[in-house]
Amino acid sequence: MTYTFGLDTFGDRNGGADGQPLSHAQTIRNVVEEGVFAERAGVDFFGIGEHHTGYFPMPAGDVVLAAIAARTGRIRLGSAVTVLSSDDPVRVFQRYSTLNAISGGRAEVILGRGSSIESFPLFGYDLADYEDLFEEKATLFAELLKGGPVTWDGKTRAPLLNQDVVPHTESGPFPAWIGVGGNPQSVVRAARLGFSLMLAIIGGPPGRFAVFSELFQRALEKFGRPPLPVGVHSPGHVAATDEQAKAEFWPRWRDIISLVADERGFAVPTEESFDTETGPHGALYVGSPETVAQKIAANLRALGATRFDLKYGMPGLTHEQLITNIELYGHQVIPRVRELLG
Amino acid sequence: MAELSRLAVLGAGHVGPVIARLAVRAGYPVAIATSGGPDDIALITELVIPGAQPRWAADAVADAGIVVLAIPLNRFVDIDPGLLNGKIVVDAMNYWPASDGVLKAFEEGGSSEIVANRLAGSSVVKALNHIGYHELEDRARPAAAPDRRAAGVAGDDPVAVTAIAGLVDQIGYDPVRFEILRAGRVLEPGGPVFGTVLTLPAFERAVRNDARSLT
Repeated sequence: MTYTFGLDTFGDRNGGADGQPLSHAQTIRNVVEEGVFAERAGVDFFGIGEHHTGYFPMPAGDVVLAAIAARTGRIRLGSAVTVLSSDDPVRVFQRYSTLNAISGGRAEVILGRGSSIESFPLFGYDLADYEDLFEEKATLFAELLKGGPVTWDGKTRAPLLNQDVVPHTESGPFPAWIGVGGNPQSVVRAARLGFSLMLAIIGGPPGRFAVFSELFQRALEKFGRPPLPVGVHSPGHVAATDEQAKAEFWPRWRDIISLVADERGFAVPTEESFDTETGPHGALYVGSPETVAQKIAANLRALGATRFDLKYGMPGLTHEQLITNIELYGHQVIPRVRELLG
Repeated sequence: MAELSRLAVLGAGHVGPVIARLAVRAGYPVAIATSGGPDDIALITELVIPGAQPRWAADAVADAGIVVLAIPLNRFVDIDPGLLNGKIVVDAMNYWPASDGVLKAFEEGGSSEIVANRLAGSSVVKALNHIGYHELEDRARPAAAPDRRAAGVAGDDPVAVTAIAGLVDQIGYDPVRFEILRAGRVLEPGGPVFGTVLTLPAFERAVRNDARSLT
């Protein structure tokens, strides 16, 4: 079994040594350095999730990935996720196909919603139309990926008639995933359209997703498609010890979840819920390299997954803390997980 | 002939399958349906909700005493109110503009009251909307378990509230009754128990301190 291990960021705004937040611009430059460093640390994939807020100032991840591509030679680069519903599938294809050209075939894309909602009003879309937008645009994106002229007609953008969409890829479609957060119908859709499945597990016990992995493979069979990989995306933080990792991560996580809770009207997490989530049956990978490696190995096995992307960072953590996280993830966690999985 | 304790779950997204699975486990006969046909959800039902039956919505509802609405609220207007006449309807939906967008029809008042206005021939009960779908199953516990949590049940029809309090109890939560639907506003997004999973005393404390429950 071939396993791949990635890191994802939302461009979490860095804290400075003085506790004050760094500028958006400096945070973005730091993400470029983190991506370059990830390759040196032995990480297989570096992903950037589209966000449009002051604490995640990362609306144009493809531009940042292009900068990383120019300074790396092996690491795969992609979105995590692209908010396809509020974007134009033709433009998304063109941007990632361009990234694929720059990087010599290292581009990937993960399509989804993430937890991002800000792009909808920003670009003039109604969140209430989310489902219809995603269904239609994902279908068009699957057509674009095949290469060759596209003929398409729908409600969400101008029709295409035998349209050649450039740049062409050199060796067929680049890897494309749909990120799914727990809706079985989304799992079936990914199979129907021929996308790989990325399980976004950000709360609650990961084991409940095992049935989705099975559903995905069964649905692929039903649609007459070959097997496709299943991946896991989850947040976490690696430091020298469990105590240090939790001490660094908890206040940042509490602050950001509290902010989102306040914006969206749900309850603020308690330290008890944090302990549950960082425990063996929770969704957060926070701890020493050994703790995190054990948890990744156990969940990849339980979920029938061959790809793990750790969403590292949290607004307020410093660039130096993130570099340490990347170093430990690449040099200790990944080799240990490979060893555990035999 | 409809059986009172037979469930029809409408919606096979995040929430519907979780409620259906819990109800199957609690011994209720359960059918699940979407806006499409049973073939569309046959595989999902077989793997994710073993023991439930995929059906057309009209058939599932006709045979059921309890209908669970677990569809996106913006799709609620697609449902023919006549179909639900005489049924106990569990409104597990939420009006959550910060997450799902603004719906003009739901801007004023409690969302379940607006649902009930449209479903004049049904007994609407607000329940199973305030615990996240990712936790609902994991936190369920048998009666008298020391770490059992509470869940709210609000409605104007005491018989319907009793039936759904029984369902909530059977699937693994201490039911907290609210004898008017309007009081169910306390369970909505922005309310004191939305998105948390509290023990009975903590739930009652949280609700007592909230002005929306003083009705």
